[in-house]
Amino acid sequence: MTVEKMPETITVREALRDAMAEEMRQNPNVFLMGEEVAEYQGAYKVSQGLLEEFGSKRVIDTPITEAGFAGVGVGAAFGGLSPIVEFMTFNFSMQAIDQIINSAAKTLYMSGGQMGCPIVFRGPNGSAARVGAQHSQCFASWYAHCPGLKVVSPYNAIDAKGLLKAAIRDPNPVVFLENELLYGQRFEAPPSGSDFILPIGKAHIERPGKDVTLVGFSIMVGYALEAAEELAKEGIDVEVINLRSLRPLDLETIFESVRKTNHCVTLEEGFPYAGIGSELSAQIMEHMFDFLDAPVLRVTAKDVPLPYAANLERLAIPRSPEIVQAVKNVLYNA
Amino acid sequence: MSSKNLKNSPLSPSLENLYKAYESMYLIRRFEEKAGQLYGMGFIAGFCHLYIGQEAVVIGLQQAVTTNDSIITSYRDHGHMLACDMSPGGVMAELTGRSGGYSKGKGGSMHMFSREKKFYGGHGIVGAQVPIGTGLALAHQYKNDNGICFTYMGDGGSNQGQMFEAFNMAALWKLPVLYIIENNLYAMGTSLDRHAAVTDLSTRGSAQGIPGKSVDGMDYLAMREAALEAASYVRSGKGPFVLEAKTYRYRGHSMSDPAKYRSKEEVEDIKSHHDPLSILEAEILRQGGDKDHLESITKDVKKKIDAAVEFAKESPEPSESELFTDILV
Ligand SMILES: Cc1ncc(C[n+]2csc(CCOP(=O)(O)OP(=O)(O)O)c2C)c(N)n1
Ligand SMILES: [Mg+2]
Repeated sequence: MTVEKMPETITVREALRDAMAEEMRQNPNVFLMGEEVAEYQGAYKVSQGLLEEFGSKRVIDTPITEAGFAGVGVGAAFGGLSPIVEFMTFNFSMQAIDQIINSAAKTLYMSGGQMGCPIVFRGPNGSAARVGAQHSQCFASWYAHCPGLKVVSPYNAIDAKGLLKAAIRDPNPVVFLENELLYGQRFEAPPSGSDFILPIGKAHIERPGKDVTLVGFSIMVGYALEAAEELAKEGIDVEVINLRSLRPLDLETIFESVRKTNHCVTLEEGFPYAGIGSELSAQIMEHMFDFLDAPVLRVTAKDVPLPYAANLERLAIPRSPEIVQAVKNVLYNA
Repeated sequence: MSSKNLKNSPLSPSLENLYKAYESMYLIRRFEEKAGQLYGMGFIAGFCHLYIGQEAVVIGLQQAVTTNDSIITSYRDHGHMLACDMSPGGVMAELTGRSGGYSKGKGGSMHMFSREKKFYGGHGIVGAQVPIGTGLALAHQYKNDNGICFTYMGDGGSNQGQMFEAFNMAALWKLPVLYIIENNLYAMGTSLDRHAAVTDLSTRGSAQGIPGKSVDGMDYLAMREAALEAASYVRSGKGPFVLEAKTYRYRGHSMSDPAKYRSKEEVEDIKSHHDPLSILEAEILRQGGDKDHLESITKDVKKKIDAAVEFAKESPEPSESELFTDILV
């Protein structure tokens, strides 16, 4: 009798924690700070066990003062450390966005290349469940808009670990956009060994296909895969690209896919206006116009603050049925 | 300050006032207990922060509120809304995300408002309400309407930079704003001494020359007297005042917090020796009040809350067309 060996799985939460722990073991200048990261083990338990292993010098509970501690992080990075700054959620990074953009992102340029800022700003981004307009928003396009930042957004455990390790090692400020609803999800475990990292700026084809390209990031990749399964039943062969990195953007992988499928739908949980999908479709239109059989379509959140009511929330956030519909529309197959 | 000193003070309230305060505080207690139950049953979702334990703070302060005053607070807002006489059914229906809620179901627990009652929210971003409350005070001063703004925040919120910025403007321009810091000793899982370098929060405005006072927030009488004094100071045009109410939340930070960062004994000690309802009940009896009357009050409140729960369950979800309304005027 043969026993089939199940692939080992871990949660995104564990992958993120492992990434931080490994980098903290390797580099004594890496430290974590944020609200509830130490004694509470993280508001969403992402920093579980880190205080115990690394002590309170390197795992620091801050007061609720985002502008302050983001700025403290930037200063510490200028001073030669490699801070990981956790925002309890990226909604609260709005308190600190000035330090992220005006201090972290621009200083290398303004100093003629002298003042690099090796810092990671990380935390959950996008909509959570039923927490209303002030606690549910995707900031991908806000940060990706700005030169001087790298912006990364993992989907599964491999992404989470490989990209976070890369972000911590990167000499530049990296905005690392996680997703609360993915924290508890299990995925195939990343390769073992502390040297596994993923390059920032490289997308990943999660599912190859020939009829249409779906380009998304974070939780939308999961919905894209669901939609692809659904569409496969109708004979539509979908390619799913997991962007992983929003700045820099892996245009080569996207273009190559579009060259093959001639149809593209972009996916994000953010608002449609000036979103990541707007940038993707502009790039594809500028460079791949001759390869397109139809205009690029965007699947996004509705252009409204996120409502609390269950029925309205369902309408506001895009999920796989909207993706299925968009694919049919882009193929004129509706 | 002890309530005993108040016996013969001109500020000392009538028995009638005490009964009314008991009713208001019990209304909040019961409302929150029911909200907790509805959450457990799945009628309420997301973040839901209960006010149980802190009832004497807002009801004490409410005694100093006059017609033109405005009120603003954080996401721990159910008690403040009930204190403003907003309808328990309307608040509960917002918690269940129904069209009968104060925000038609679009706001949720943390985001409710009533222009009619001059309740300006309900704010989910820690500290954001402090400058907004200061701006409401600017409007009172500008319109010269004799109103003041009651601006509430938590101990954790009182570290935010925007609070200090607002304090400076309020002091500089002598704005009629009463800042109330509800110090329940914890900001989520972080205790006061781990988040604030100076733990006497009544001194939060001292760098801007704003006077402050600490008061036992579990004692309605003490709260009421401090509120009347502070509000009359602010109303007289002298500028802002900081009132630190020392209080305690019985439940976790929100419904999803098991509150393992504090001991059972600590919570039990507060519940058995400092419970605001028990303290007020004892005071009422000491002043010759009637236990049966208190019982009839609680009975009526229970009925009111049952009706609110019923309303919140029965009220329909907002219609789908509401998704795109109220984005711009
Ligand atoms: C700017 C911001 N940062 C973080 C949070 C998450 N958060 C919500 S409540 C809270 C604790 C606030 O504690 P405190 O001010 O003491 O008020 P309490 O909850 O005790 O009433 C935190 C960290 C938030 N809502 N806004
Ligand atoms: Mg508190």
